[in-house]
Amino acid sequence: MSYVIDYLPLILRGMLLTVEVALLSLLIAVLLGMIGALAKLSKSRIARQIAGLYTTIIRGMPDLVLMTLIFFGGQIVVNNIGDALGWEYIDVSPFAAGVGTIGFIFGAYMAETFRGGILAVSRGEIEAGYAFGMTPLTVFMRITLPAMVRHALPGFGNNWLVLTKATALISVIGLQDMVYNAGLAGGSTRKPFTFFCVVAFLYLLITGASDVGLRWLDRRYSVGVRKA
Amino acid sequence: MDFEVIIKYLPLYFRGLQVTVTLVVSSLAVGLCLALPIALLAISKNKWVSLPPKAYIYFFRGTPLIVQMFMIYHGMGQFEAVRASFLWVIFKEPYACALIAFALNTAGYTAEILRGTIEQTNFGEIEAAKACGMSKPTIYRRIILPSTFRRALPAYGNEVIFMLHGSALAGIITIVDLFGAAKIVNARSFVPFESYITAGLFYLVLTFLIVMAFKKLELHWHAYLHPRKD
Repeated sequence: MSYVIDYLPLILRGMLLTVEVALLSLLIAVLLGMIGALAKLSKSRIARQIAGLYTTIIRGMPDLVLMTLIFFGGQIVVNNIGDALGWEYIDVSPFAAGVGTIGFIFGAYMAETFRGGILAVSRGEIEAGYAFGMTPLTVFMRITLPAMVRHALPGFGNNWLVLTKATALISVIGLQDMVYNAGLAGGSTRKPFTFFCVVAFLYLLITGASDVGLRWLDRRYSVGVRKA
Repeated sequence: MDFEVIIKYLPLYFRGLQVTVTLVVSSLAVGLCLALPIALLAISKNKWVSLPPKAYIYFFRGTPLIVQMFMIYHGMGQFEAVRASFLWVIFKEPYACALIAFALNTAGYTAEILRGTIEQTNFGEIEAAKACGMSKPTIYRRIILPSTFRRALPAYGNEVIFMLHGSALAGIITIVDLFGAAKIVNARSFVPFESYITAGLFYLVLTFLIVMAFKKLELHWHAYLHPRKD
């Protein structure tokens, strides 16, 4: 087993990158998801249609296809824009492409989750907010947003777990996450099974820790709610 | 954008489509057959019986499909015993490896869906069956399982779509499925946008077909849940 110990630092470095990518793309996904959810619920028909198109197309295509599309295709777009504006050559890094794509994909899933959460907030609470003379923004920040968290949390947790596992795909576009490094280690020691087992275990560690965290959040946001 | 190149390669995409559909359908079929016994064992009250299937479900739902696929495709060659035996005929084939990985993966997810649905069976129905003097296997066969398959339908529809999207991974290990076809087209004529978008559109259409099919199925199997039409 000494070879596992030899390569453990490499794998753990990859794990750090995996967690970084996951957290950064979660941030993007939450932002896009919020915008998407609000657009889906807005009065403007165009906003609703754009958001609908976004969630339908993204959720209808495999993340791997979208990722390669954005990574390879995105480079061409950046090149064309750069040419037109007379910039120097800009290299789309796998890191940026990975984070951007995963964030973009899971933004669509988050939008659906958040939309459901917002719809589940009781109408009376929002009305009461307006009755107090709050502006729509204040109502959203003080009432809708805190109250929707509880409803959106189970879906959010699911999305987060799927997102974490989707980060494994960035190894395909050459980012040195833990799957990529396990492939390297497995190749040079000729023990790929062992190293992919280690990676699988580390993923279980991440998902297990997330489970604990999500349960804590759920308890926190369900304070004052009677469970059947 | 230059889609003329794509038209030349359309036959390749359709061959890829065929591979994707066969791969997904066979993985789902094998996975479903595995999932039912796993789910039934997982709901057992005996800890020693329920622990292994629960660990199976936890592992396959908690790790990325790509890692599971690599464990089988790259990993199995590590063992001398596998390489020496007839098993090597299977494990050296990328297609077989992808099929095994996908089937085991979807078995884990489907087992969890079934487990949850079985546990939520209305207890009154089971009580009534007991009162009628049915034995445990009969209760499962007549009451619990038929209602489980109905109630699990929407969640299973999601799993089918999930499997379709996951199957794109087969393209990584040299299989020419839809994604593999897009990879080839991109490598030959360097049109990343067009080649991957075409594959994406194929997947989109397949996804819509699955959604529609499950809506149809639900219309039939959930008919008793719909409001009465007079």
